[in-house]
Amino acid sequence: MDAIILQILNGLDKGSAYALIALGLTLIFGTLGVVNFAHGALFMIGAFCAVTLSRILTLSHTIIDDTQKDFLGNPLKVEVPYVHDIFGVATGDAIIDWAVPLSLLFAIPIMIAVGVIMERGLIKHFYKRPHADQILVTFGLAIVLQEVIKYFYGANPIPTPAPDAFKGSFDFGAALGFDPNLIIYPYWRIIYFGFAAVIIGGVFAFLQFTTFGMVVRAGMADRETVGLLGINIDRRFTIMFGVAAAVAGLAGVMYTPINSPNYHMGMDFLVLSFVVVVVGGMGSLPGAVLAGFLLGILESFASMREVIDIIPGINQVIIYLVAIVILLTRPRGLMGRKGVMED
Amino acid sequence: MGILEVKNVGKRFGGLQALGDVNLSVKENSVHAIIGPNGAGKSTLLNCLVGKLIPDTGSVMFDGQSVLGRAPYEINQMGISRVFQTPEIFGDLSVLENMMIPCFAKRDGAFEMNAFSDVMSQKDVLEKAEHMLEEMNMADKRHMHAAAMSRGDKRRLEIGMCLSQEPRLLLLDEPTAGMARADTNNTIDLLKEISDQRDITIAIIEHDMHVVFSLANRITVLAQGTPLVEDDPENIRGNPKVREAYLGETA
Amino acid sequence: MFKLEKTDLSLLVIVAVLTMFAPFILNPFPADSAMAQFNAGYPDLMQRFVIFGVFAIGFNILFGLTGYLSFGHAAFLGVGSYAAVWMFKLLSMNVVPAIILSVIVAGLFSLVIGFVSLRRSGIYFSILTLAFAQMMFALAYSVLTPITGGETGLQLALDDPRILGVSQTAGGNIPVPSIFGLEMRSSAELALGAWSFTFNVGYYFCALIMLVSFYVAIRIFRSPFGMMLRAVKSNQQRMNYTGLNSKPYTLAAFVISGMYAGLAGGLMASMDPLAGAERMQWTASGEVVLMTILGGVGTLIGPVLGAGFIKYFENIFSKINSTILHEWFAFLPDGLEDLLVNVLYPFIGKGWHLTLGILFMLVVIYLPGGLVEGGQRVNGWFRNRGAKKSTTKTTPAE
Repeated sequence: MDAIILQILNGLDKGSAYALIALGLTLIFGTLGVVNFAHGALFMIGAFCAVTLSRILTLSHTIIDDTQKDFLGNPLKVEVPYVHDIFGVATGDAIIDWAVPLSLLFAIPIMIAVGVIMERGLIKHFYKRPHADQILVTFGLAIVLQEVIKYFYGANPIPTPAPDAFKGSFDFGAALGFDPNLIIYPYWRIIYFGFAAVIIGGVFAFLQFTTFGMVVRAGMADRETVGLLGINIDRRFTIMFGVAAAVAGLAGVMYTPINSPNYHMGMDFLVLSFVVVVVGGMGSLPGAVLAGFLLGILESFASMREVIDIIPGINQVIIYLVAIVILLTRPRGLMGRKGVMED
Repeated sequence: MGILEVKNVGKRFGGLQALGDVNLSVKENSVHAIIGPNGAGKSTLLNCLVGKLIPDTGSVMFDGQSVLGRAPYEINQMGISRVFQTPEIFGDLSVLENMMIPCFAKRDGAFEMNAFSDVMSQKDVLEKAEHMLEEMNMADKRHMHAAAMSRGDKRRLEIGMCLSQEPRLLLLDEPTAGMARADTNNTIDLLKEISDQRDITIAIIEHDMHVVFSLANRITVLAQGTPLVEDDPENIRGNPKVREAYLGETA
Repeated sequence: MFKLEKTDLSLLVIVAVLTMFAPFILNPFPADSAMAQFNAGYPDLMQRFVIFGVFAIGFNILFGLTGYLSFGHAAFLGVGSYAAVWMFKLLSMNVVPAIILSVIVAGLFSLVIGFVSLRRSGIYFSILTLAFAQMMFALAYSVLTPITGGETGLQLALDDPRILGVSQTAGGNIPVPSIFGLEMRSSAELALGAWSFTFNVGYYFCALIMLVSFYVAIRIFRSPFGMMLRAVKSNQQRMNYTGLNSKPYTLAAFVISGMYAGLAGGLMASMDPLAGAERMQWTASGEVVLMTILGGVGTLIGPVLGAGFIKYFENIFSKINSTILHEWFAFLPDGLEDLLVNVLYPFIGKGWHLTLGILFMLVVIYLPGGLVEGGQRVNGWFRNRGAKKSTTKTTPAE
């Protein structure tokens, strides 16, 4: 029992990341009909927003501290972050400590801007071209974005810790009445799951309850008719691209304490999130979320000792296997609409 | 006994009964038109004949053999060729290559791993294709990109491609839809010529009464998924039921 | 000759001449000059040119003719490499059986994967191939370690059986790959004045195989089979209603291109007898997509050009560092020099992937026929200027 709960919990944070990236991917496919291979790069850019902000916050100048001496007896040179000068030492340290959550605010405008520029500058020219061309040009874009990040930030992963308050783990087992230390789960992962739930709920609420969302949903169902009604559906779709980019970016920001950002994290997540989208059903938002969590949890179950002992290596391939089976037996995916991409 | 026998064919899409109980017999070497208002089930019926749809009930026999459950390419190999509403040709290939492909299909069957001989060394296929292009009056366009031709020429090419397979039954799905009057008349003349000169049966689904009465020697009127009448053109023209159901609106 | 049309024959002859004289063509700079680092005529790189040429030619038979975009072809290359290394371990160091086995094994894998993947088309096909390749990569990296060598890769050892050869040489070393006694690594040097040229057995072996592969590809392109593959790309509906079964055609194309990939993998292992899982990763599959598109998808010569272009820049362009740039622009005023170097620097040297990505995007957007179409356009432009106002029609890329 405790092992099962642990695996479900382990699956949740990975599933959250899958679900968030896949949500944006499927949103773009559903609205614009575009297969975006650069979506993983948006996740990566989000993560590097966090890196950038924490670098900005720790920007320092050197002062000479007469009260301390270095080992030669000279006055010690101390690096003082500018935030100390502006906000005082205590608040300044707190701000630096909270760099990752603060990056969410920093990343939103940046990600929306990146998304809108991407759509207006490149993707919109590819609406009418075959999916293969869309894959190719966005694949090229993904390479370019990855290389730009590599140029500015280098090839090594950059550790970006969570705030001190969220370090450490929560003993789920003790809370649920099992022995202590059986089910421990890092606080930050709980936060990540909660954050994913909020974002997913927000996107759904936005689409469900706002007029804007209603028009977008109508456009997803039948773009031409909505266009004929005199509604500027294109502009709304551009905004949706920005939203999808922001969702991927925020997922990236929050993922930084779990996995240190590196320039190829986008490509690493891309393939898996595509698989998630396909399993959920191209263009289906609930499908993407469901498949994200399902595959995340399935993956962590497959990683259990007991399972690996029976089928070696299953943890490495389970997601792909599920995708292959789904594609062959039910190409519209778990929750895809009938008739969409069922060739 | 006709070359194509459709018996009790029914097809339902969810709540919609697209075809009720269709019986149809197409006589060999006739030109048989299937007409009817929009939504009468003409296209559904056609798709049941060529293997794109499988009917829920009934049987479709071509020359004594059932076509049901066979893939489109198998049905084609039995001797049924189909012309589409919008011309379906190989747009990226040259006109000559377009014409050669059905000739290869006729000669080699559904699949032939012929990877080491030069296309142009296949003299029999080449000659046949050239010959058919001449018959279609398109010999001068043979090196053109097929996609670059006019709609009328594409239609001509498509019909020529079907004929080069020497089918016994040629199915046409509104072959003049969206065509200018001159192109329509050309197509009528072409089809007349084909049915006069060849040992071929033509079944045509058509909206345009001018086309139907210029060509057909037998007409089935379809309404709401069931055949209303099947008769000779003169009788159809005078039939009050047909007038009421269909011709009344257009004629 | 060779039952080829005149244009195809001249293309084959040009490629043959270029590959045979590559050691001269790629070494234009004197050996001890400053520019010598831009010489590409060393065996290791020349081998890579032709091996990736084989890979791209094969990929083009699938993608260029049928339009099915596989993102998993590197898996077949990886499988081919493993098969070849196992042959070296178990049988002998002769490359011929090793390469034959690579082609067969890759063919079997592509038959199974192709059979399943081709039940879907479009993006679903791409994702299926991607999923299969990633699965093979993950397995090769982990549980299949006894067969694949896992993270370290599959290597030769002194105690390998090599039943038709020797486990160790007289000197106690691992023997090297050879063809009937002629070692792949052996080279002849030719010094002409300040220039020096290297003629390597392995390179010429690979080059000959690439020429044969190229010839076979030409024959396929010009055959009725090739025409059917182009028909698959153009209009599958019409094809099915013309009595043709498109499935076996696409599957045959998939298997052929998989065997080409296996051949490339076998050649790679023959030049350097080790095989690693990273060759199977999906980004490696992406590389062959880049090569094919950049050179000109669906054209005969395009993939070879693309492979050469990318491998040249990967190895040579990437050597340009800021010092060299400063030397080049030394004639400019200091401020301008620094500015220019700073602007260019991100795009060269280690940043050459950025250039590649940008180039690739530009090609997809503006030049769908790749370098070949670019060449044709430039050519047509000159002709138009020569024969004033005589309108020359651009022929579709061949």
